[in-house]
Amino acid sequence: MEALFALTLGLLTASGVYLLLRARTFPVVLGLTLLSYAVNLFLFAMGRLSGDVAVLGLSQAPADPLPQALVLTAIVIGFAMTAFVVVLALRGVADLGNDHVDGRADEERAP
Amino acid sequence: MNHLLILPILLPLMCGALLLVLPSREWLKRALSMLATLALVPLAVVLLLQAGDGQLHVYALGDWRPPFGIVLLLDRLSALLLLVAAVLGSAVALYALRGDDRLGPRFHALLQFQLLGINGSFLTGDLFNLFVFFEILLIASYALLLHGSGAERVRAGLHYVVLNLTGSALFLIALGLIYGVSGTLNMADLSARVATASGDQVPLLAAAGLLLLLVFALKAALLPLYFWLPRAYAAASAPVAALFAIMTKVGIYAVLRVCTLVFGDGAGELANLAQAWLWPLALATVALGALGALAAQDLRLLIAYLVLVSAGTLLAAVAAGSPEAHAAALYYLLHSTWVAGGLFLLADLIARQRGSKGSALVPGAALEHPALLGALFFFGAVAVVGLPPLSGFLGKLLLLKAVPSVALWTVLLLAGFATLIAFSRAGSTLFWRVGLSSLDSAELDIGRLGATLLLLASAVLLVVLADPLLDYATAAAAQLHDLGPYRAILKEGAP
Repeated sequence: MEALFALTLGLLTASGVYLLLRARTFPVVLGLTLLSYAVNLFLFAMGRLSGDVAVLGLSQAPADPLPQALVLTAIVIGFAMTAFVVVLALRGVADLGNDHVDGRADEERAP
Repeated sequence: MNHLLILPILLPLMCGALLLVLPSREWLKRALSMLATLALVPLAVVLLLQAGDGQLHVYALGDWRPPFGIVLLLDRLSALLLLVAAVLGSAVALYALRGDDRLGPRFHALLQFQLLGINGSFLTGDLFNLFVFFEILLIASYALLLHGSGAERVRAGLHYVVLNLTGSALFLIALGLIYGVSGTLNMADLSARVATASGDQVPLLAAAGLLLLLVFALKAALLPLYFWLPRAYAAASAPVAALFAIMTKVGIYAVLRVCTLVFGDGAGELANLAQAWLWPLALATVALGALGALAAQDLRLLIAYLVLVSAGTLLAAVAAGSPEAHAAALYYLLHSTWVAGGLFLLADLIARQRGSKGSALVPGAALEHPALLGALFFFGAVAVVGLPPLSGFLGKLLLLKAVPSVALWTVLLLAGFATLIAFSRAGSTLFWRVGLSSLDSAELDIGRLGATLLLLASAVLLVVLADPLLDYATAAAAQLHDLGPYRAILKEGAP
């Protein structure tokens, strides 16, 4: 379980960082999304992977509920931010005429 | 429990929400926003006086005792920063309601939410809440930066948003690590637990601490992370750029808070974790900021580089670590925030009289009011460069006296000289290399002028009131270095 979890986190983060470093806005937004998935899973794991449902009385060893609350907050904020950056990227295409992160024209792009 | 403590958060929140649902009567929105922002000033003064008693004022939300509930924490440092934000916010609201709020929708609501995030960051005693307030101030600042739209703003905004979203992800990783290792996010609780961390916890906590530093350094614009700043500040509309003068200070506040309370002198094995990184990077930021100011082709870009120089200076003082250096940093922070805000507003007043040339440093038409604007420019330049008799000189003098280091003296004095050259060149281009006639459209709005004067006048007020202010700053710095009362919060619970 731990190994699978760690591998998933690593893969998500690596893909997120790779996409984040691309020169077009769409991959960058996808990269941010993947990165925030990785971060949310990481936060969740900080309450430890063992442990039962976090309801008192339902189990002998309830999991720590705080990381779950933190993850919920982080998901809500991350979702809103992603929506904002998508709108901003679309606005960039409309105002600047291209989807380069620096807003420069295509012909200036390195080959 | 002292309910005044939560008002600097509740007031902008309620007012911002109200502004969103109110019918679109312009005068009503402007009046409400102006009143709510002005009300923050006496509130901050009252809190400043309350915090002056040297006690820590704790507000436990929902009466949940720390560390189980979220707390707001008022000490001298946070009270002082609340005042900085309230005064700057009032000047910005006054400037904006003379017409700049028409450039885009919902300026005043966004301004209130921005103030909510800033005040919250200064007041919270909980790391996760610091993240939440950071996000509030950031999302308001994203929208404010784009206020008035235009290609340049979208271009600068995209960099700013993507960088800060990545920063938020790193912030969350640091918080997750800290919670996973220590089991708490309350700063006072964390302070005690970091001090007694066992051997295998230390490297993880060090990693989390340095990640936090990275995130705060992005906000504070430390060397490898500042490249977003000049372009964003130069592209923003004038009142927004002036308001952003406090954004780097929020980052600096967070560095100062975490570096004294959690990873400060009393942190056992992790004591002064960030110092080795902060000190050289802060000095390099000052040097590069000064070079940028020399190279700037636009007055607003020049002022943005000055924001960078002041951020580097402040971070160097934070890294120096002694209470004297921190006291000098607090005084310099007051000066640099208000004067930089005032200069951004002044740059806009000048640009309005130059037609299409705007604030670009090229010869243009004669100004309609060269004597008044020239005098203000001269005054602002003297203050920000750090020449006597204004507050910049006093702030730098205190800092140089508190930190007797050859490196800091060399860098700061050379940077001061470089900014002096940059300002002389900018001033002679704007006021002397001009055509014979002025533009017909040039006007000088009395409200805008008032807001600019209010902020620039602080350079005189800070010198006149230097004695009580320095006493307060010294006491604030001493309070930061005395960890006992902070850690005692947990034993006593909420008062």
